[in-house]
Amino acid sequence: MEIKPELYKDMTEAVSPKSKSYVNIPMAFLIGGAICLLGECLLNLFEYMGLPKDEAGSWTSITLVFLSALLTGLGWYERIAKHAGAGTLVPITGFANGVSAPAIEAKTEGWILGVGAKIFTIAGPVILYGTAASVVYGICLVVVKFFTE
Amino acid sequence: MAKALGRGVVYFDTPVFIASSAAVAGKKEGAGPMGQCFDRVEQYSRFGQKTWEQAESRMQQETIWLALDKAGLTADSADLILAGDLINQCTSSTYSIRPFGIPFLGLFGACSTMAESLIIGSLFLSAGGGERAVCATSSHFSTAERQFRYPLSYGGQRPPTAQWTCTASGAAVLDTVTASSPKIEGACIGRVTDLGITDANNMGAAMAPAAADTLTRWFHATGTSPDNYDLIVTGDLGLYGGELFTQLMMKQGFDIKPCYRDCGVMMFDGETQDTHAGGSGCGCGGSLLCGHFLPLIRQQRIKRMLFMATGALMSPMLVQQGESIPGVAHIVEIASGEENYHA
Repeated sequence: MEIKPELYKDMTEAVSPKSKSYVNIPMAFLIGGAICLLGECLLNLFEYMGLPKDEAGSWTSITLVFLSALLTGLGWYERIAKHAGAGTLVPITGFANGVSAPAIEAKTEGWILGVGAKIFTIAGPVILYGTAASVVYGICLVVVKFFTE
Repeated sequence: MAKALGRGVVYFDTPVFIASSAAVAGKKEGAGPMGQCFDRVEQYSRFGQKTWEQAESRMQQETIWLALDKAGLTADSADLILAGDLINQCTSSTYSIRPFGIPFLGLFGACSTMAESLIIGSLFLSAGGGERAVCATSSHFSTAERQFRYPLSYGGQRPPTAQWTCTASGAAVLDTVTASSPKIEGACIGRVTDLGITDANNMGAAMAPAAADTLTRWFHATGTSPDNYDLIVTGDLGLYGGELFTQLMMKQGFDIKPCYRDCGVMMFDGETQDTHAGGSGCGCGGSLLCGHFLPLIRQQRIKRMLFMATGALMSPMLVQQGESIPGVAHIVEIASGEENYHA
């Protein structure tokens, strides 16, 4: 008998298990939350050390990015991310991992065409559309201000 | 010579013997349930090389040396070498074979390469093209991840249907001069089959229709049924692809479950090794055929089997363009003994 793609789609869906959301979502909440808690602790620590609030915020980001890159280099970040999923992807640490992982790997192809060309293969879309969104936001802000002031 | 039984289905009148075979694997594969069957398990997945690509070439090269050595041959005594892998331009194979000086045909059939190389090698030898041919294939987790998915240290989550590309290589020496066991009796060349699977994390489902198509064509052309074989072994359909394959075969009227095995399922312990749907890659089926099944046939513990390597012809670019993933599967019939069953 001939199997039609529609029938096969149903067969595949019946056989293939879905990701376990009841495990993944709580894990993402816990580990992602833990990263954010660490960020809050760092922020308070830097403020306690006498830094003004905005500078303390920058240092918090820098510290988290550094830790993420370090853990990526040691091969530990992927082990945490395997359980955390969005918990390690969404905070700034996920972005740092997305930049450092291709950079480490492209080293074998040299500094220019390897690291230089491939460093943003994962983070590139975030940078592009993040920048584009901020431009759109800026234009909207100008227009709104023009009519309200 | 070979005798055509149908489109792409042949029996070999001239016996093609498998004089020797060898398998090399990485640490994770070595730690799995099949770890004992490999000739060598390398603890460092870089195989002493500077890059992952060089590592895979090195692994394949060692496997070919081992296979030649077991047959008491040198590279000069092979008339042809057929090899393929998953990496663009088949570089793992070309760089592996570079020092050998053996006439070479590079093959690409995704993970179906081991069967593809055995079929072309058998056809070449039975047509009188030479006396000995080497068939080899390899895959490496790190080269495949780099090319098809994400950088190794990128933190991502794999769905339950994802498979783990094996770091493994298999090589076999075909011979028409010295009678030995096992021998290749027939083959079925698969058709590119696509039932619309677009999920690159469910390769088993993408390949299962190709496997079912090839096996059904084989049964019809040869007039055989699953009862004629001790084992029917697929390369890397994994847990869910294998289930779909047996369901599809059932719809064609063949119950293969009692004699069905999948190398991807056999390679790892899914519970402890976190490999989700099982192993995959050219080296998965290739290394277990060369390291596990061929020795069992040589020891007469398996009399007759069908080895069907399955390939998902996946290109990340085409998947991004919205295309579905076609599959292909080829069968090689392998039997023990020195007489020709079909002659």
